[in-house]
Amino acid sequence: MDPATLKFSTSHEWLHLDGETATVGITDFAVAALTDLVYVELPEVGRTLDAGEVFGEVESVKAVSDLYAPVAGEVTEVNMGLPDDLDALGEDPFGRGWMIRLAVTDISAADALLDETAYRNHCQSAGH
Amino acid sequence: MAYLFNTPDDVRSMLEVIGAESIDELFEQVPDHLQVDGLLDLPAGLSEPELEAHLRELAAANHGSSSRVCLMGGGVYDHFIPAAVDEVASRGEFYTAYTPYQAEASQGSLQTFFEFQTLVCQLTGMDVSNASLYEGGTAVSEAVFMAMRVTKRHNRVVVLGSLHPEFQQILETYLGHLSCQLDVIATPDGAADVDIVADSLDEETACLVIQHPNVFGALEELEPLCRAAHEVGALAVVSFDPLSLGLLKTPAACGADIAVAEGQSLGIPAQYGGPFLGILACRHDHVRQMPGRLIGQTVDRHGQRCFVLNLQAREQHIRREKATSNICTNQGLLAVRATVYLSLLGRQGLVDVAELCCRKAHYAAERLGELPGFELMFSRPFFKEFTLRHQGDATDVINRAAAAGFDLGPALGRFPRLRESLGEAADQTLLVAVTEQRTRDEIDRLVESLAATPTDSATPETLTKPA
Repeated sequence: MDPATLKFSTSHEWLHLDGETATVGITDFAVAALTDLVYVELPEVGRTLDAGEVFGEVESVKAVSDLYAPVAGEVTEVNMGLPDDLDALGEDPFGRGWMIRLAVTDISAADALLDETAYRNHCQSAGH
Repeated sequence: MAYLFNTPDDVRSMLEVIGAESIDELFEQVPDHLQVDGLLDLPAGLSEPELEAHLRELAAANHGSSSRVCLMGGGVYDHFIPAAVDEVASRGEFYTAYTPYQAEASQGSLQTFFEFQTLVCQLTGMDVSNASLYEGGTAVSEAVFMAMRVTKRHNRVVVLGSLHPEFQQILETYLGHLSCQLDVIATPDGAADVDIVADSLDEETACLVIQHPNVFGALEELEPLCRAAHEVGALAVVSFDPLSLGLLKTPAACGADIAVAEGQSLGIPAQYGGPFLGILACRHDHVRQMPGRLIGQTVDRHGQRCFVLNLQAREQHIRREKATSNICTNQGLLAVRATVYLSLLGRQGLVDVAELCCRKAHYAAERLGELPGFELMFSRPFFKEFTLRHQGDATDVINRAAAAGFDLGPALGRFPRLRESLGEAADQTLLVAVTEQRTRDEIDRLVESLAATPTDSATPETLTKPA
């Protein structure tokens, strides 16, 4: 997926909206910051998430980070292959590395997220 | 860090820094009536030889298990401890209670804990063991929390009434401030009725906690109980006696998802009730929800075997408030003892010890159960421990045996949590455990001393109670 078409959260999740379906993953910046990934835990299909709710976690050799839902919705699909293919997160974070699909409760909520330029600025200004 | 007293100069300079006039000023917020007025009422100091003599005198008042015959049960047992256990465990390199703080710098300790984990896995048939917890009771509670995380069910936990009452109590304490309901299923026949247990489980239940052999000494129907838990998607948490596995099927073979134990039987003396050793092992699927330290084997940059702390991201120093447990250490010294003990015993040794315990316990149960006024409380199969019922008060039996040099018990009437399972017999029941250390002669003498009418051997206070 082309990052230019995506929306971003300040907690480094990306979101791609297709009608009322959102695909969610974490950004290349987040993957690089976490270093060697060893584990990812994703939610079960059918779970309802509030915006900002933790939907899983990703663990690297030295840290664990929560994954936050950028918008509210119900989990309709989970990338079941991801836990066994963590390289996908490094190689193709905006494609093969997708994590969950949501039936979004209110698509206008996505407007509040950052576009790519604003997100990149956020990464820089956060002084990472 | 120097363990030295503060000199008056030290005190003065510290007070100056914090801007206080006196040490008393620091305690002003403590209400007067809670403060000691004047000096503590302590005897005058003693010289070293006087102190030694005093301690010798106090020590002489102790009766160790070597001067008496111990048949006490209830979670702590008088098993034989080979001298090599003390010899190895008291080496300076091992003589610490904890995982070293710079863990990887202590390869010898990590290797020992790795071997401990390996032995626990071989013993239980489980896939993964941690490097130990504090003792059996906390291990049960930690297993329950683990089951809640694995199943994502945080509202209900079911335990059998035949779980050690102190383990129940610890669990109640831990769950006391959570919104989790703890249901205890009474076991009036000395072990659980599988159908009743199955009916009580539901889709909200995180786990079923089973002790096997249970607190009454009896064996539970472990396999159907584990199956019942699995049928509702709950985990089966099994608290086992490590030495019983010389004879019994492993927890893994019976369907346990998490196996926990009090490891005191493995080379650890009764030592006034602790410190003991918690054991926790589980299936591989649940490893990330495990509490405690996990030692792993790997290779260093030269390709040589070495040991590391594994999966630390579960732990408090990385995951903070979301850690799997507040336990970030292990019961190092006692895990070393268990490792040496099990290594010395070996596979056949374990079988031999278990068989000796089992046969001797059954001999003792048969003889004691035949005595007038006595019977076995339950007709369930048991391993090394059984519940004896006396038509009088169980504490009288314990006192009579004690007067003859035999320690029995505890009396089960002292555990309020067991009253529902024991009913009106609660005050008439006591535990008797028979380890490999007991001899036929000792058991026969115990039986003789209890067979004698109470008036023959009783101390004055027991005469006032009906026998």
